[in-house]
Amino acid sequence: MRLFDKPAHVLHDMLVNKEITAVELLNDVFLRIDEVEDQVKAYLTQTRKTALEQARLVDAKIAKGETIGFLEGIPGAIKDNICTMGVKTTCASKMLEHFVPPYNATVVEKLQTQNPVILGKTNMDEFAMGGSTENSAYFPTHNPWNLDCVPGGSSGGSAAAVAAGTAIWSIGSDTGGSIRQPASFCGIVGIKPTYGRVSRYGLVAFASSLDQIGPLTRDVTDCAHLLNILCGYDAKDSTSINAEVPDFTKSLVKDIKGLKIGLPKEYFVKGMDADVERAIRTAIKKLESLGAEVVEVSMPHTDYAISTYYLLAPAEASSNLARYDGVSYGERVDGIDIVDMMNKTRSAKFGEEVKRRIMIGSYALSAGYYDAYYVKALKVRTLVKQDFDEAFEKVDLIVAPTAPTPAYKIGEMNSDPLKMYLQDICTIPLNLAGLPGISIPCGFTNTKMPVGLQLIGKPLDEATIIRAAYTYEQSNEFHNSIAPLGEDKK
Amino acid sequence: MKVTAKDVESVAILSRLELKETDMEKYTKHLNAFLEYADVMTSLNTDGVKPTDHVLPLQNVFREDVVKPSLDRELALSNAPQREDGYFKVPKILED
Repeated sequence: MRLFDKPAHVLHDMLVNKEITAVELLNDVFLRIDEVEDQVKAYLTQTRKTALEQARLVDAKIAKGETIGFLEGIPGAIKDNICTMGVKTTCASKMLEHFVPPYNATVVEKLQTQNPVILGKTNMDEFAMGGSTENSAYFPTHNPWNLDCVPGGSSGGSAAAVAAGTAIWSIGSDTGGSIRQPASFCGIVGIKPTYGRVSRYGLVAFASSLDQIGPLTRDVTDCAHLLNILCGYDAKDSTSINAEVPDFTKSLVKDIKGLKIGLPKEYFVKGMDADVERAIRTAIKKLESLGAEVVEVSMPHTDYAISTYYLLAPAEASSNLARYDGVSYGERVDGIDIVDMMNKTRSAKFGEEVKRRIMIGSYALSAGYYDAYYVKALKVRTLVKQDFDEAFEKVDLIVAPTAPTPAYKIGEMNSDPLKMYLQDICTIPLNLAGLPGISIPCGFTNTKMPVGLQLIGKPLDEATIIRAAYTYEQSNEFHNSIAPLGEDKK
Repeated sequence: MKVTAKDVESVAILSRLELKETDMEKYTKHLNAFLEYADVMTSLNTDGVKPTDHVLPLQNVFREDVVKPSLDRELALSNAPQREDGYFKVPKILED
């Protein structure tokens, strides 16, 4: 019997009931990695040796009759922009090719109290800048549903690993959709919690006012369990929210009767894929038939969200990435003096998209343009946020597509960055407003590519998102589909 | 064209990036295309709208000034491109 295709909660029960051991489970996932990783290429670094040690410890604990936590012995992977002590963390950049963090991110500390089995670090767009994982300085990751397609991004490796069965769960980060869009493209579940819900300490900063860490999983049940582990106040992150974290597994109930769900017409954009629209409309009907009341809401500033984001995120990035100066860590290219060394280092080690965004950001922050671009964008951000505030006076949740298209072909969008930015229309507004959002599978296109449904909640109301997502998920079979990859998948 | 090659050159200096001659044209094109696109937003009337630089209602976050364990020096220096006697080492900063 193969194990890699099962969600964490099923595997956890099997471990508890002694139907399997953690080492057996790990070996099956290793086998799966051996079978398909050379096609998918989700991992930048694998940590097989420590993974095996971790699995053995869990088995010893079970043998002694000790109870185990949800994640104990369940193999998962971590995006390569999250610091792991002693394990290389490259951000898929040449700049950090040899960087070995001397400390753990808070989320890694939290995970490790659970004794999980960490398989390694996953591929991404360099410094999380991109939506396809093609901007990795090392290699692109392939979509397990169609190897010619991108897995989405920037958490493309994390999403592809979970979809391919080369990890049972993974951790990603979301600055403009980087958890939800790859989850959508790969047919899995991904949630961006409320800004501040999960500590960003040890997450390599891209755009600090937008970045948020979250889990990618096979189903909503696993998502709720992972949220329980990841969420919570952290004094090391001054933007962390000191709010009570509910037990999200209590929201795993099939009941959305009377829930008011808003449908923003602005999210059904021109150029939206017809199959995606059909799948989303069908899912909305399903939510209605399950007892939700769906009403139209208007988000008039949605169109402005992309240009706002693509000014603010680069502005913050240009400042955050100033730290890569060849002095205290990261690569160095020698120069005749310190400025020459910095220029040479940054020019040689940053990739094209990163340089482009640093330039845009520096321009928007420079004297003479600061008010016209940066402050202007901050004001439009207020308007985008107000759209949500007004909508949430009338509804409990908002439903929308996660992305206007399914996964596209590798190389298809390379020539036109602006066209690629438009892909983010449905995900970016949440980051600007700091809101939580989940992407769950809601069907397939005619060419059998997954489509994701996005549920958006009020600040700190991940619980309602989980309840609605679970109710919808349990009414269909989409979450049980596994990517048709490898010869002997069952 | 809003941005000239000269503007790109000064932005590159601000960004501590060295651009090749061939790249100058490319970045000028990209930056112009981008700013043209950004005009969608800059044309919006935002009179009287307050800027949101942060979604959380946070001001300064303070903590007690107490000594806590910090990163060991050896660990802090472990990723340094160049080091000497417990310090980071860099090329000369001041002219001779």
